[in-house]
Amino acid sequence: MASANTSTTAEHLIWKGGVQPMKVGYGKLMMWIFLLSDTFTFSALLISYGLVRYSFPTFEGLRKNFEFSTTWWPIPERVFEAVPFLHGISAPLVFVGIMTFILIMSSVTMVLAVEAGHRRDKADVEKYMLWTILGGFAFLSSQAWEWGHFIHGTEEGLTLANGAKVFGANLVQNQYGPPAFADFFFFITGFHGTHVFSGVVLNILIFYNTANGVYEKRGHYDMIEKVGLYWHFVDLVWVFVFTFFYLV
Amino acid sequence: MAQHSENTEKLPAQTKEIWRTFWILLGITALEFLIAFTIDADQYKWTKVGIFIILTIVKAYFIVAIFMHLGSEVKALIWTVILPCIFVVWLIVALIVEGGYIGVERLFFN
Repeated sequence: MASANTSTTAEHLIWKGGVQPMKVGYGKLMMWIFLLSDTFTFSALLISYGLVRYSFPTFEGLRKNFEFSTTWWPIPERVFEAVPFLHGISAPLVFVGIMTFILIMSSVTMVLAVEAGHRRDKADVEKYMLWTILGGFAFLSSQAWEWGHFIHGTEEGLTLANGAKVFGANLVQNQYGPPAFADFFFFITGFHGTHVFSGVVLNILIFYNTANGVYEKRGHYDMIEKVGLYWHFVDLVWVFVFTFFYLV
Repeated sequence: MAQHSENTEKLPAQTKEIWRTFWILLGITALEFLIAFTIDADQYKWTKVGIFIILTIVKAYFIVAIFMHLGSEVKALIWTVILPCIFVVWLIVALIVEGGYIGVERLFFN
């Protein structure tokens, strides 16, 4: 395969068989395949959310008269309207908007780190990786706050038909609607949060390696690109979760 | 890889497209909020849902094509990733319709 080696392809991107299927390195292609399988997992979660959601009735009246009930599916913007430090103020979707912004921003710093890696600029890679890690932690903290608020519920709670009161949500009862709504909230945002967490761990790992000059010695920053793909995927999933869980 | 280590001078950063994509994503998200708060959901519920889904796909396109560089990969890789996802769309439609039927059944038998 002498002809393959004389091409402009960098040596570390050639597979062991001497060729380069789909013109990418082995690790990057496998990352794409992994992300594809992860897409199926998240799709399965969101599709089952859609199925269960449409198996429940929607609130029939006008939106301004909306009340929480375990009979019909809640309107998400009535559920997620709290913001830290603004107790008692109804600010629908504002906090989720902030979380979305944090994640998009950290995706931008990640792609800047990848770009710095192409230029083999160690200082820039370190700088942008640190920002990305910070964004990841900011997102996880926001999510922890939102879970906390969702679990504790509002002061008024919900009075059931038999007179019992329900405060907040867990896997068996839910003041905002059918228990299935809370179950899906915990599973979908939880599964996404777990991905963000593993992403932060990977980011810390590659930041540590960059700082120690591992990639400089190796001669390329491909690892940044592969972990970057994963990080963007986490952002991508959030875009869908944001739409299908919070907006629609 | 020896030829790389001799090259110590800094190359100029090429971040123009990255920031352009960032502003597009931010703009779309802001637009989604604007629609969420200004369009009357009682009257135009499905219009809103439709707009949100279209904007989500536009956002996904920019993240995948620019941030994940899929747009600059070879066609074979693009289709390897996109084609299975198209089948997922079918599953979404099928199971949401199915969910409606489950709801009707539940209404009848409760």
